[in-house]
Amino acid sequence: MSMNSVGRPTRPQTANDGARGPETLTGARGLLQDEALIFERDGWHKTGVDLPEASAPADDLGSLLRTAPIGLPGLSEPEAVRHYVRLSQKNHAIDLALYPLGSCTMKHNPRLNEKVARLPGFADIHPLQPQSTVQGALQLMDRLAHWLKTLTGMPAVALTPKAGAHGEMCGMLTIRAAHEANGQGHRKTVLAPTSAHGTNPATAAFVGYTVVEIAQTLDGRVDLADLESKLGDHVAAIMVTNPNTCGLFERDVVEIARLTHAAGAYFYCDGANFNAIVGRVRPGDLGVDAMHINLHKTFSTPHGGGGPGAGPVVLSEALAAFAPTPWLVHGDDGFALIEHAGEQSAETAFGRMSAFHGQMGMYVRAYAYMLSHGADGLRQVAEDAVLNANYLKARLSDVMSPAFPDGPCMHEALFDDSWLEGTGVTTLDFAKAMIDEGFHPMTMYFPLVVHGAMLIEPTETESKQELDRFVVALRALAAAAKAGDVERFKGAPFHAPMRRLDETLAARKPRLRWKPVAEAPLAAE
Amino acid sequence: MRYLPLTPEDRTEMLGVIGVDSIDALFVDVPASAQRSGTVDLPLHAGELEVEREMAALARRNRAAGDGPFFCGAGAYRHHVPATVDHIIQRSEFLTSYTPYQPEIAQGTLQVLFEFQTQVAALTGMEVANASLYDGSTAAAEAVMMATRVTRRNKAVMSGGLHPHYVETVETLAHAAGVGTQRLAVAIDAEDAVIAAIDADTACVVVQTPNVFGTATDVTKIAAAAQAAGALLIVVTTEVVSLGLLKSPGEMGADIVVAEGQSIGNGLNFGGPYVGLFACKEKYIRQAPGRLCGETVDADGRRGFVLTLSTREQHIRRDKATSNICTNSGLCALAFSIHMSLLGEVGLRQLAAINHAKARALRDALAAVAGVEILTPRFFNEFAIRVPGNAAGIVETLAAHGVIAGVPFSRLDAKAGLDDVLLVAATETTLDIDITVFSKVLAKVIAQ
Repeated sequence: MSMNSVGRPTRPQTANDGARGPETLTGARGLLQDEALIFERDGWHKTGVDLPEASAPADDLGSLLRTAPIGLPGLSEPEAVRHYVRLSQKNHAIDLALYPLGSCTMKHNPRLNEKVARLPGFADIHPLQPQSTVQGALQLMDRLAHWLKTLTGMPAVALTPKAGAHGEMCGMLTIRAAHEANGQGHRKTVLAPTSAHGTNPATAAFVGYTVVEIAQTLDGRVDLADLESKLGDHVAAIMVTNPNTCGLFERDVVEIARLTHAAGAYFYCDGANFNAIVGRVRPGDLGVDAMHINLHKTFSTPHGGGGPGAGPVVLSEALAAFAPTPWLVHGDDGFALIEHAGEQSAETAFGRMSAFHGQMGMYVRAYAYMLSHGADGLRQVAEDAVLNANYLKARLSDVMSPAFPDGPCMHEALFDDSWLEGTGVTTLDFAKAMIDEGFHPMTMYFPLVVHGAMLIEPTETESKQELDRFVVALRALAAAAKAGDVERFKGAPFHAPMRRLDETLAARKPRLRWKPVAEAPLAAE
Repeated sequence: MRYLPLTPEDRTEMLGVIGVDSIDALFVDVPASAQRSGTVDLPLHAGELEVEREMAALARRNRAAGDGPFFCGAGAYRHHVPATVDHIIQRSEFLTSYTPYQPEIAQGTLQVLFEFQTQVAALTGMEVANASLYDGSTAAAEAVMMATRVTRRNKAVMSGGLHPHYVETVETLAHAAGVGTQRLAVAIDAEDAVIAAIDADTACVVVQTPNVFGTATDVTKIAAAAQAAGALLIVVTTEVVSLGLLKSPGEMGADIVVAEGQSIGNGLNFGGPYVGLFACKEKYIRQAPGRLCGETVDADGRRGFVLTLSTREQHIRRDKATSNICTNSGLCALAFSIHMSLLGEVGLRQLAAINHAKARALRDALAAVAGVEILTPRFFNEFAIRVPGNAAGIVETLAAHGVIAGVPFSRLDAKAGLDDVLLVAATETTLDIDITVFSKVLAKVIAQ
């Protein structure tokens, strides 16, 4: 055994036989702490802020005053920092490794955007302070609008929707308002492909439409004959994602638009996949009437563990007049917001999507990103995103089964699970084994039209080296599955902060909050 | 380009692996009519220095709240956010992660959401809360839709004290979904008036406390009346710091509570992103919108957290979902949760007491200005005043003197006939000297 002069061993003392060793005594796993809830630390009388005493007692509110304890624990500042940093270490993140969630566009989030979003001139201004005191903010919104309109070839944009689904709602309400204004309010049906994002049918139904599905062809596109047979005087709109959720460009999109318009309906395009074509193809050239743009996808505002996002909606000439308030206009005295429907030029606006003027913090980040890339950089974004996806498809197709092998994909590569047949390994097992290899799984079991779907979106911000690392890992896993190494998959993940979690138990016995009265620990049934 | 790792050599090599000659071959499915050879008509790429310079120039054209006396509220409030909050939310693992669909590698986000839900439930006095919605206004609209599902009734009654933007947001969604709405006449202190409007088709009454004029109301009577009529009481709060001082909506009998959570942990940001808080009685949870985080165990029996009850949600239920929401306000909820943990109950109560005392000092100062009338009878940190003449004009004049005086009510609702009403708010960030300057300049402007 090697030792230094005071007897400290300087080499590992046991042979590595592959064993993980005994469970720890504390529940920690090396750097990963078993971190208690903030409610389990007896911090009921603690605080991590130093505030002065109030200058007067609240003796004027009588019975409105709160008397009972609220039940909110406090943490000192060091405890708070440690609690949240410890928790953070249990998360995967795009800053750590590839995050190939199809339909989600998990790309690098430039830190410059975070820096400029925190300038007091953007972060510390109130939505209702006089417009004369926020001309820079309004100008930024105007420029963002100009970029979005130019990139999409569309004449108008409603900036305020707060996420993709909110943008869908905005688009569908605009369409509805246009139909009603044109005496077409009887149109109550929306057509959407079976492969659509769940938000499409949910949005259409939420705003009062009945959803009818459009069939798909064997090559993963909208079935034109089926579409034509379902169009009619009762159809308000179609909702089609392009590039679609199979990662394919709708070759017949111009014909889809023509048929839709001929039937008196509007073409809503789900723009979740705009990253594949930004700077290269303009949706306005394809006959689209309305399309939301996820600023948190294509324009790299961080996803933040589930938001916030932003979902501005570009609109065609036919729909522009019905956009929600507020409207941004440029007058003699600079920029101004028209904040009420029916006021000035906004007389046909359908109403308001939310309080105030939308996601300014996201506008700032997205605009900084656009300026950084410029027209040339954004075109390169689309090309590299598509190149990376096709590269993965090419390098994995001999071991996995591409759902649509013929022709190129766009920015995501879709595989089905036929290549796993007979291995005893499911798509879910395969995904969980990827976690052990250091990668976030791809989108699974979506789109619904492909069995055991695995939808891989690498984005343009992955280097060839990182893609190659991913390919090596997936090929090794595929070989293991085919070689009958089922245990590697069935129990996975083994090396993540947690083993596979019991989702059924969570749904059967919902515990949605910590409770002051101790409950028996949950146990698997 | 600094955000693109592929080199020209990489691209050539990768095209070779794919088996095509050029990138154009990968865009072959795009119709010829939409193929563009050059770039769109926008500026070309720029370096970090140039971009920062341009953004800073735009930022400089805005008068930041911290630049001087500032009294705006009306649904968005300027509070001090501890530096720790902004540091933590910029941790890569929180900032650059997705919705926690893979719980084994998202326990950080999930435990935060579980703690957030518990904090929101405690603060509102409700049994359960969700993992956030976009903001307070959209949360109000979602609550109304939920009430129609729970009661199978089709009408919402909104008080005259509900924030006009919230009213419009509810109306937008309700009208699209075929739900009737009745908004009572705008009133400074008449939340109780909703009681008389409840009928057999009323799914819910929506009241706000403190309301848009700052008036705090005990809604216990309204809750009893709604319950007796089989309707739900939805209580809206746009200033959650008030809950450190005031009785919670849950204590007063609310069925659903929605709030704008911006005040805790989140800056003004010109109106967004903010964070919608949503809490309700447990028996209604399966009709609730949005994501829910729940406790469970892993294969080793260790406690962990997952997104749960997702059969309510769009990705599973599609056109039968309780809402279309997908992305919510995760990072803003994290900011809320960190700030709330730093405050604790002790700090929150103290913060609320300071806010109230500051607003009383502001009230006393403005009440002494000739021509000003205080309109709000009971308030937390915001109240309405009547000024002689047009409030919007007076606000513009004061802005020219360096004072951001508040929000003219006409900015929110131009048709209410309250052009002489100004909403003013004070928080812990308000200095005594700000109050003095405001009242002096206002007195001078009024006297002119």
